Order: sequence, then C-alpha cells, then structure tokens
Amino acid sequence: MSLTTTASKIDRLAQLTARTETASGASLWREAMRRMRASKMAIIGAVIIAGFVLLAVIGPWIAPYSPTDQTWRGEVFSNRGEFVGARAENWFGLDHLGRDLFSRMLVGARQTLLVGVVSMLIGLLIGAFVGIVSGAAVTLGGKTGRRIDDAIMRVTDILLALPSLLLAVSVAAVMGQSLTTVMIAVGVVQIPVFARLLRGSMLAQGGSDYVLAARSLGIRKRRIVLTQILPNSLSPVIVQATLSLATAIIEAAALSYLGLGNPDPAVPEWGVMLSAAQRFFDNEPMMSMYPAVGIVITALGFTLLGEAMREALDPKLRG
Amino acid sequence: MSLLELDGVKVHFPVKKGILFDRTVGHVYAVDGISLKVEAGQTYGLVGESGCGKTTLGRAVLRLVDVTDGSVVLDGTDVAKLPEKELRSFRRRLQMVFQDPLGSLNPRQNIESILSEGMAAHGIGANQEERRERIREILAKVGLPANALSRYPHEFSGGQRQRIGIARALVLEPDLIICDEPVSALDVSIQAQVINLLEELQESMGLTYLVIAHDLAVVRHISDVIGVMYLGSLVEEAPSDSLYEEPLHPYTRALMSAVPVPDPEVEERRERILLHGDLPSPANPPAGCRFHTRCPWAQPKCSEERPELTDAGGGHKVACHFTREIQDGTLTPAGSDAVVIPAQAEAPAEETAKEPEPAAPESGEAAESGDTSATASEDVSEDVSEDVSEDK
Ligand SMILES: Nc1ncnc2c1ncn2[C@@H]1O[C@H](COP(=O)(O)OP(=O)(O)OP(=O)(O)O)[C@@H](O)[C@H]1O
Ligand code: SF4
Ligand SMILES: [Mg+2]
Repeated sequence: MSLTTTASKIDRLAQLTARTETASGASLWREAMRRMRASKMAIIGAVIIAGFVLLAVIGPWIAPYSPTDQTWRGEVFSNRGEFVGARAENWFGLDHLGRDLFSRMLVGARQTLLVGVVSMLIGLLIGAFVGIVSGAAVTLGGKTGRRIDDAIMRVTDILLALPSLLLAVSVAAVMGQSLTTVMIAVGVVQIPVFARLLRGSMLAQGGSDYVLAARSLGIRKRRIVLTQILPNSLSPVIVQATLSLATAIIEAAALSYLGLGNPDPAVPEWGVMLSAAQRFFDNEPMMSMYPAVGIVITALGFTLLGEAMREALDPKLRG
Repeated sequence: MSLLELDGVKVHFPVKKGILFDRTVGHVYAVDGISLKVEAGQTYGLVGESGCGKTTLGRAVLRLVDVTDGSVVLDGTDVAKLPEKELRSFRRRLQMVFQDPLGSLNPRQNIESILSEGMAAHGIGANQEERRERIREILAKVGLPANALSRYPHEFSGGQRQRIGIARALVLEPDLIICDEPVSALDVSIQAQVINLLEELQESMGLTYLVIAHDLAVVRHISDVIGVMYLGSLVEEAPSDSLYEEPLHPYTRALMSAVPVPDPEVEERRERILLHGDLPSPANPPAGCRFHTRCPWAQPKCSEERPELTDAGGGHKVACHFTREIQDGTLTPAGSDAVVIPAQAEAPAEETAKEPEPAAPESGEAAESGDTSATASEDVSEDVSEDVSEDK
C-alpha cells in the first residue's frame, strides 16, 4: 500500500508540468506564483523559512554566550536531577552540562539547516542523476533503453516500498555514528523519490508535441533530451526538494534521537540536542522542548511552502 | 513519379499488459494498409472521424512512429527503412504543422531559437546572423511582426502560434508539409485566415501539402485530391470536385450529409444518411468491410470479404463491394438500423434538426467550419491584418 500511495503521489507530481492547457497565456510558473501569493499556506511557510534561514545565518553572531563552554557547570547536577530553567541570564535555561541553551539553539539552527540541505542535496543529486539516466534511456534508447529503465525503476520501487526510517537506520547502522552518517542515511532515502519523480516528469515531457516537433526538425535526440525535455521537467523537482527538506530535518532528528548521530559534538545541532535532552525529560522537559519545537516549526514551514507550490501547480487542486 | 508514395502502410501499436513483465495482448490497428500518392505542388486532403488513424499516418510519414509494414517513399527514398542517421538529415525535406499550436512550441524557447534550431541542425545559414535574416523573411511571409523573434510562445494568440508552427516548417524549405488538423484548435474566425495563409504560401513557394482534417469543409477549400479514411484505411479517394459532386462510398455520403450546404436550394435536395452505432475500436476492427457494422447497405458478403480500393472511373477510387448497385439504386438501404432520407423527400422537421448528431461525431464543428470556408475568400484580407496587429 505504501508503495502505491507514495509512487502515485510522485507520479502525479511528475505529470504537472506536462500540461498544455495553460492557454490563458501566462507561463506555468508565473501563474503558480500568482496563486501562491494569494495562499496563506505559502505565506506562512515562506515566513517561517525566512526566519529560520536568517537565524541560521546570523545565529552564531547574536548568540549571547559560547554554545560549547560549560560556564555554569557548577549549577547543574543531572545525576541528582538539579537543573536550571529559564532565567534573566539564560533565557532558555541551561543544559545538562551547564551550557546556555539559548545560545545553543541559535548556533544549532545553522547546523540543522545544513543537515537538512546536505541530506536533501544528496538525495536530489544522486536521485536526479538516476532519474535522468532512466528517463534518457527510455526516451533515447529503444529496446535496450527500456530494459535499462525497467531495471532501474524496479530497484527504486523496492526502495520506495521500504519504510524510510528503516532504510535510514540500516544505512546508518552500516556506517557508524556521526553527523555525516545521518546526512547520508537521510539522503539515501530521498534518492528513489527524486529518481522516480524526474524520470516520470521527463517521460511526460517526452510525449509532448514540441518534442515531436523537435524530432521532426531533425535535431539530435541527445540534444532534445538535454536542452528541451530536461529543463521542462524540473518544476516538480523544485517542489519535491522543498518538501524533502522538511522530511530530511525530521528524519535526521529521528536518527539522532535513536542514537545514530554524533553523541555530543562540539557544534550543537537541534536533533542531537533533542536526543541528549531526552534522558532528562522527566526532570527537565523544557530542555527537550526547545529543539523539538524548533524542528517541528521548521519542518512545518518547508511542508507548507512545498504543498502550496504543489497546489498552485496542480490544476486538479485549483479552486 | 509522385513526390510522396505510400504503399500498404501499416502502423500497429502493441497493447501491453502485466504487472511485472509486459506481455503483448493485442494490437491497435491504427493504420492498416494505406496506399496513396501526393503529387508535387498539390494538396492531398485526408479526412476521417476522430480516432481513425489520421495523426498516426501523418507521423508514420515523418517516421515519428515506426512503420509496421509498407513503404513511405519520398522522391525515391523509402523513409520507413532509412537508417536513423540518414533519417535525421532527411527530415529536413518532410515537415509537420501540429494540431495543438501551443503544445508544439517549447515554452522555454523564444521564437528565434525555435525557428533557428532546425536550420542549425541542417547547416542552413553560415551563422546565426544569416539565419536570423532568413527567419525575418519567413516571419514576414507568414504575417508575423519582426519583433516576434525575441518573444516566447505564450505571448502570442492562437492563430499567431500556428503561424509560428508554419514558419518553423518553412524555414527548412521542405518538399512536403504535413498539416495535422492545422486549424481545429483555433477559433472559427481564425481558421479561415490560417487556411488561406497555407494556400497563399503554396502558390508563392510551390509547396506540397498533406492536410489532415476531421471534417470535409476544411479540406474541400484547398485540396486537389481527397482521401476519406475509416478505421485505419482509405474507403474513398477522388479529385476534390469529383468527390463532392458524387460521393460513392456510403461512409463518405454519410459524412457529406452532415455538412449543410449554403445554397438553400441544394440544401433542400440534400441527401441525409443517419449512421447507427459508434466507431468500432481499432484494437478490434470488424472483419470484412470495416464499415459493415454501420453501413445502411451492408450485405452478407460485406462482413466476409474486405473490399479493395478500386477505380470506379476517372481516378475516383472506392472500397465497396456494391458501389454500382448503390449508385443505380438496385440496392436499397436496409431498414431500421439507419435512416436514409433520399433527395427531394420531405424530412420531418424535428428529425432534420437532430440528424447530424449520429451521422458523425464532429458534425457540429463541421457545420461551423462549413460556414467558415464559405465566407473565407471575402473576409481574409481584413482578418489577417487584424490578427497581426492584435498583439502589437
Ligand atoms: N502511441 C500509441 N499507442 C497505442 N495506441 C495509439 C498510439 N497512438 C495512437 N493510438 C491509437 O490509434 C488510434 C488512431 O489514433 P490517431 O491519433 O491516429 O487518430 P486521429 O484520426 O488522429 O484522431 P483525432 O481526430 O482524435 O486526432 C486511436 O485509437 C489511438 O488510441
Ligand atoms: S462493402 Fe458493404 S458494408 Fe462496406 S461500404 Fe460497401 S455496402 Fe457498405
Ligand atoms: Mg489526430
């Protein structure tokens, strides 16, 4: 079931740009932009993302204290359940090692964004590559091409059918504990999504009249694929990339939470902070709350914007 | 020798089924044995209902779909058997104007890029400057402003987009242009302009056309020879006038009876034939005469033996076992399945009103375009200037 729903959702997205009924004149994206400007979802999503990215950029400079110095070590005794909550000096209180939580949150934003973006890029780049190979093989390669494409798509379908966290945990288990592991594991999960999406999108474009026209002009197939089909196939990928950032951030946090991330690195990251704080949840729930809420809001921002983009592009969802 | 000769062209699409491994479970007989000739400098009009395989035949001529069987010979070269590499350079000589003007233009390419890409691929023009010069000439010929070069397809009106499509075909100086329903996506008011443009271009540049349409009204105006297609094969082919004066095949007669005639006196005498039932599926065509499931004159022989396209005199070819009998009235249409209201008989008013519908699915459009072509010659000059200025 999960295979068919995920796959059909991806396929639907892949079809979106292959429409010709934008006869109203405006180009597809321009029209989508107009719709998005009127959509609350898109605006809220964009505002959240803008805030988050701003934090990620300037966070380290505006942080009042060092995120790594255990300045207030003498005030926190985690083994006795003595913690320090929010106070004038430390707005979010201290963590279990006596570090300023507010500063750690600010500095951690950048790391969290980085994990999300890098994971997504791993999935996007490898997935897009696989998708292009597959899409180009069907479009160009006759029988052999179709066979290559068949083989690739069988594998991606199997990967898609696996629960993503299970897949990520398997990858992480093989590679050992570190932040890089988390990013790769989360990225791998996105590979089949992007592959199937781009291939589907290229196939949809490949059947369009302008491609037939280009062929009848005598233009080389390779050139048609690269200069005409591919550029027209990218819109759904942009939408998916936005949605993937949300999943990547949550999945990275989940992997850290399961103890597969870096145990306690010098540089804070929200997922890792959450995983460290969980041990003290009974005594000091607020310590978990800050990174958890941060992750949820950020993921929500990317999801809102991504979904709004998809809706704006999808004629079936238009009111 | 004719410029284009099709001989027994078949295009069968395999129908695949299966979850893990595709199995071919049958074929769609989209084009099933078509032979025809197009003479240089002339226009061949190909007419038939939606789904009868017109587009597929057009694409087969350009080898945009693979030809299952038969030959497509342009000026001595069999396109159907040309190796891929030679095919690419040969394609310059065969060009197509598409049914959907917007869909056939890449939204991300500006007009200059769309028009020059093919030229560059075939080494026409030494550099981009030369090509641009040539494109400007062609743009003027098809009635587009020179400033169109840097603009994108969505900035144009439907009629202008189709002019771009025509210009794209023209810049390569092809021997044959296939126009696949060149006007059916356009407003009725613009249809006549585009048809007239095609005709003017033919006169001034000596072009040869294969024009595909789903109603007779569009092709009548411009065709020298008309072929009528039904379910993948030709049922009748004749010089344009001869076909209109005396349609011989029952299917052609049914098609014609759906087109109102502007002359009220002729209209009065017009024969009306109502076809019963739907177009059979090309995946499972009826045996014998493909038309026998709907033909009012069908006889037992019709469902057993497939009639060949044979000359009934004066180059008027028909594929029907009983052409003569139907013509001289020895064979009369059989009863309840279809209604034939013979010439001069008085038709009950209401029946007349709803009659075109079952006769041919496109009869509504046919009627509209029928009006268009009738008024075409008067309106053209004004309309063209309007169309061009509208986007300035
Ligand atoms: N690539 C394909 N694979 C399978 N079947 C096809 C393919 N292309 C066309 N067909 C089928 O072949 C038949 C003829 O299609 P075609 O597009 O040539 O008809 P047409 O006469 O151009 O109709 P229209 O007036 O609607 O354009 C149809 O039944 C269609 O479904
Ligand atoms: S062969 Fe028979 S079925 Fe076919 S058109 Fe002639 S009379 Fe009708
Ligand atoms: Mg067609």
